[in-house]
Amino acid sequence: MISTDTDILATAEAWAKAGRGVALATVIETWGSAPRPVGSHLVIDNEGNFLGSVSGGCVEGAVVEEAGEVIADGRPRTLEFGVADETAWKAGLSCGGRIKVFVEPVRGKETN
Amino acid sequence: MELSLLSALNAERAARRAAVLVTDTGSGAQRLVKAAELQQDPLAELIDRQLRTGKSGSVEVDGVAYFLTVQAPPPRLIVTGAVHISQAMAPMAKLLDLDVTVIDPRTAFATQERFPEVTLLAEWPDEALKRQPLDAYTAFVALTHDPKIDDPGLVAALNSDCFYIGALGSRKTHSRRLERLAAAGFGEAQIARIHAPIGLDIGAVSPAEIALAILSEIVATLRGPRRKPA
Repeated sequence: MISTDTDILATAEAWAKAGRGVALATVIETWGSAPRPVGSHLVIDNEGNFLGSVSGGCVEGAVVEEAGEVIADGRPRTLEFGVADETAWKAGLSCGGRIKVFVEPVRGKETN
Repeated sequence: MELSLLSALNAERAARRAAVLVTDTGSGAQRLVKAAELQQDPLAELIDRQLRTGKSGSVEVDGVAYFLTVQAPPPRLIVTGAVHISQAMAPMAKLLDLDVTVIDPRTAFATQERFPEVTLLAEWPDEALKRQPLDAYTAFVALTHDPKIDDPGLVAALNSDCFYIGALGSRKTHSRRLERLAAAGFGEAQIARIHAPIGLDIGAVSPAEIALAILSEIVATLRGPRRKPA
């Protein structure tokens, strides 16, 4: 499945309606040569399934892991990744850019 | 994000209406601002500015950091001609998140078997486009070589503010087309909106290569060049 922005937000909605724990990650700031533009989404469920991308694949693993925490405690948080972040996140952008990613839970099962 | 908010955002997108999701990235508090209700929002001016750029971005107001997720309608591609090139183009366009509609009144061409998973309208373009108007997020491509079918589509496209208009045909075919459109009352500047010869010049030969050249030109028109000249 190719994950366009349309698919990702529709998938986030479908997963949440199916009762899965869901988090949505959004690139909210980039500096330098970042692979995905501001506004790019990644949707993650409580089993670690994900769709979309916030980088070229360099930091998705760390975002998916953190998303598990967000789904568990329900608190949104902002993550920062950069080339010098190895010690903090064990993930960095090889291209030398920096990105800030907002990760939030999708709350509430809707009945319709 | 509340699920109801996400559903509302997706509904606006499906209805091809612009909307902005305002997120306080500190607290996680959010609201959805529909383009039609923009003026009632306290951040109306900032949101409007962001909406005009068509891009999501961060703003800071009174020490509070907000992220504005701008949702412009997904671009759409309308093609006249259920032909070999459009058969190749349909799956490619889908991968590009372009919503494809193929119009061709010739029922032998416009069959769902030839065009699975595509909105197919077996009718004349002027009729079809009356119900599905071309907006600023739409690209129009004429591929039949038949003026009876392509011309009404081109007339509708020229009368709209769609972001891309392209027409297939040799230079000779195109110059005759331009004469007909001029005779129909279109000025030089209007007619110049038509990309012809259609597509980026990649030396395309096969129908799939021509489809690729056309889609590349559409993406280039939508996004604009980014690399600085060396």
